[in-house]
Amino acid sequence: MTVKDVVEKFDLKVAAGQNGLDREVMDGYCGDLLSEIMGNAPAGCVWMTVQGHQNIVAVAVLREMAAIVITGGQTPDDETVQKADQEGIPILQYPDSSFRLAGRLFSAGVGSVE
Amino acid sequence: MMGPSHLLFSLENQTLLKTFKADLHIHSCLSPCSDWDMSPKKIVHKSLEQHLDLIAICDHNTAENVAAALREGARQGIAVLPGMEICSREEVHLVALFNTIEDALKMQEYVYAHLPGENQPEVFGHQVVADEHDHVLGENPRLLIGATQLSLLEIVEKTHTLGGICISSHVDRPSYSLIGQLGFIPENLHLDAVEVSYRVPLEKAPTEVAGINDYPCVTSSDAHFLSDIGKVWTEFILNAPTLEEIRLALTETDGRKILNNT
Repeated sequence: MTVKDVVEKFDLKVAAGQNGLDREVMDGYCGDLLSEIMGNAPAGCVWMTVQGHQNIVAVAVLREMAAIVITGGQTPDDETVQKADQEGIPILQYPDSSFRLAGRLFSAGVGSVE
Repeated sequence: MMGPSHLLFSLENQTLLKTFKADLHIHSCLSPCSDWDMSPKKIVHKSLEQHLDLIAICDHNTAENVAAALREGARQGIAVLPGMEICSREEVHLVALFNTIEDALKMQEYVYAHLPGENQPEVFGHQVVADEHDHVLGENPRLLIGATQLSLLEIVEKTHTLGGICISSHVDRPSYSLIGQLGFIPENLHLDAVEVSYRVPLEKAPTEVAGINDYPCVTSSDAHFLSDIGKVWTEFILNAPTLEEIRLALTETDGRKILNNT
């Protein structure tokens, strides 16, 4: 499944990083404490967070993520959008909670423990 | 003629520099998580007892107890700086310090305009506004413990516009700290300094706390109880206990500096 597939399947809004939509989604991760994400998020993941600060892009690059989803109706800062476009990291938006989207992603086979 | 008078001036200037013990982050009883005993008057008296020369009152998202502390400080001979500990929308705590109560109150107005919610005293604690005679003037109804809708960048810029300085709180801690919340210090953020808690000795902070880099570093008590005051402090070499002198010390200008900071 690519980021583009995830966008279409779950009706996510693409806020930035259009040129990274063909990235492969391997896993998922949730959290808002960036110091923790930097140490633990798996490569190729879709990361769900309410943080919109520009540091999320650096963290996504560092962990080689597939995409960032800003959940809960939160929005990325302007600098975040610019950085994500530069780095080709898709930033998606989802109006409901990280819990809801994580459940839907898992049900669709993302991050399956099998 | 130039020589002797210039020499005199520089000698005079040098002898005026001395050490000041400062605790730049103390909460009063206005912070919901703070002890009832933390009245402006008692904070000043405890600070004197601990031989501090300079303190700053920094309540969560408010400066309503600062004026009383300033008046009591002036009477007792201890310098008090107006301050606030502001919570950004990233849930990062920042200490903002100002020259005057007027500047701090302008910041307070800006913060209040972006601070949603009402306090529930039975859950979060009471938020007591007091005068310098320990008279209760009232309770603040706002959700002071909450996060503002302001970004870090907006808070730092507004503080600077008002002539203040911005110090990132307790960066060695996992919660509500810049490094904890955001992983590292963003390069576009023009902080004046970072603060470490009592858990890290100041001289070890740059090596023990990853991410401090070359930022000037201070340590403060972040006191919520009277017994916390004086637990740690920062020694500054200054000409006078003022914000402008601290600004010089943070940039190591004209002999002003932080002592024991390597």
